[in-house]
Amino acid sequence: MSDKKYKHQKSGKVVSYNKWGYIFLIPFFAVWIIFQFIPLVTTFYNSFFENYRSGLTQVGPNFIGLKNYVTILTNGDLINYSKNTMIMWIIGFIPQIVFSLLLAAWFTDPQLRLKGQRFFKTVIYLPNLIMASAFSMLFFTLFADSGPINSILVSSGLLSAPFKFMSNVTAVRCLVGFMNFIMWFGNTTILLMAGMMGIDQSLFEAAEVDGATATQVFWKITLPILRPIFIYVLITSLIGGLQMFDVPQILTNGTGDPTRTSMTLIMYLNKHLYSKNFGMGGALSVFLFIITGILSLIVFKVSYAGEVK
Amino acid sequence: MSESAIKSNGTSKGMNIHARRTLSYIVLILLSFLCLIWFYILLINATRSNAELGRGFTVIPGKWLLTNWNNLRSGTLPIMNGMMNSIIVASLSAALNVYFSCMTAYAIHAYNFKGKNAVFTFILMIMMIPTQVTALGFISFMGKLGLMDSFIPLIVPSIAAPVVFFYMKQYMDSNLPLSLLEAARIDGCGEFRTFNSIVIPLMKPAIAVEAIFTFVASWNNYFTPALILSTDKKKTLPILIAQLRAADWLKFDMGQVYVMIAFSIFPVIVVYLFLSKYIVGGVTAGGVKE
Repeated sequence: MSDKKYKHQKSGKVVSYNKWGYIFLIPFFAVWIIFQFIPLVTTFYNSFFENYRSGLTQVGPNFIGLKNYVTILTNGDLINYSKNTMIMWIIGFIPQIVFSLLLAAWFTDPQLRLKGQRFFKTVIYLPNLIMASAFSMLFFTLFADSGPINSILVSSGLLSAPFKFMSNVTAVRCLVGFMNFIMWFGNTTILLMAGMMGIDQSLFEAAEVDGATATQVFWKITLPILRPIFIYVLITSLIGGLQMFDVPQILTNGTGDPTRTSMTLIMYLNKHLYSKNFGMGGALSVFLFIITGILSLIVFKVSYAGEVK
Repeated sequence: MSESAIKSNGTSKGMNIHARRTLSYIVLILLSFLCLIWFYILLINATRSNAELGRGFTVIPGKWLLTNWNNLRSGTLPIMNGMMNSIIVASLSAALNVYFSCMTAYAIHAYNFKGKNAVFTFILMIMMIPTQVTALGFISFMGKLGLMDSFIPLIVPSIAAPVVFFYMKQYMDSNLPLSLLEAARIDGCGEFRTFNSIVIPLMKPAIAVEAIFTFVASWNNYFTPALILSTDKKKTLPILIAQLRAADWLKFDMGQVYVMIAFSIFPVIVVYLFLSKYIVGGVTAGGVKE
């Protein structure tokens, strides 16, 4: 507080120092404009043009207005791939949030006094740092028709013949969801724990005096107070889910097989980028930009609004 | 959970805490098992020969690790190049990222200039624009600049990292008193020198945490490098993994496949085991401030 006052009094006189504020911002904005802003504008610009390769001939670029948007919204692919992305996100997110809430509640419960917390936190966070493409490749080899998982299942007598995980729609989707769950629940646990440790302990003590059960405390005190951090976790995970790429791309070798039921939105975009179909790719990018924009605004409102003075 | 919790209302409270504790240990051990088992299987399989792998899974490691490794190195995938490229890209990204994020945060933290709040809000707003959304314009603009198949588009953009900026800004709010900077000014220290010789050393703990995170993110990144890099010798490890997947893998020596996966995963695990205390502590930073 006193710091602030001091700064305020000075700011009128010592203007020459403050120009350094602008100077120190130059690298950030120069790089941002070249590597993000111009690309963003170019992406939007491309979405209004017919511009693709058919065999060896280059079609366009010709201005066609909103036709790419009409195509992308009507040809059914977008809806299918959005559905795939959402299904695989939900398969991973439900166990992720359930276990994260449980673990965070347990870790912060002063009555439980769990031992080995450092160890468990280290272990559950570990998969988050693993290269997603390598992790996915590992799962591909482990769950292959002649891979170790099938060999264990057959030799233990659980299955009579190897199960073809990679040609089963549910199996592939569940594998992708499961990998996302394993990679992210540790991160979510730690975020929720930070929120839970911030709760005033006297609330719990008062509840205990009033004879509330652990379940009542969890639903009536912990969860309502956690609401902002909970929304933050939900929406950031949803944004992350929309960007799902590495895991299904490597697992299915970019095909989204079986019959493109595990093709995500970004895999679809990646296909357009490789085949240089810039018109459709542009329209798809704008579509994704708008959705993430709306979701980000919600996160922004919930979590950072208080930061900006 | 609910059952044991309801009972805790009764008289045998100590017993119930015991039951809840047991339940939580069981769940924790199961989850830890689910997190670690894959890496254990990977480690075992990397030490076995293709013929042994074909005969099914065993829990005991084999003796083929070195052979597999030598076969992989003499094979067609340029993995040593891949490792070097990944190290170069990831460490330069991390270095530029933390240094310039500190600088941007310092500009907002230490100076009072017109439009400061607007700039701060703006950086928070652009924080969530995903790289994938701008990828199309990114590759076409990099093509125009002649930067395709070069490391520059993978390294330089990390100078503008809103998330790290936000973390540094929060760290400065609680750890960098403005009076210290006033003192440096009175002693005649220039602004740029103050930043380099006073601010940067004070930011060391924050820099270490964020450097690790940026390094790992860049090391694991597959989407952008796969679009930018096309020469075999310039490819990073994730692209080589994707190539391995795209190859007719049934003809492959599976021992080599596992060694290759282990080779790209285990360096990060080893670093993590040494630094886990700081990494786990740094996760919450930059998130919600309750």
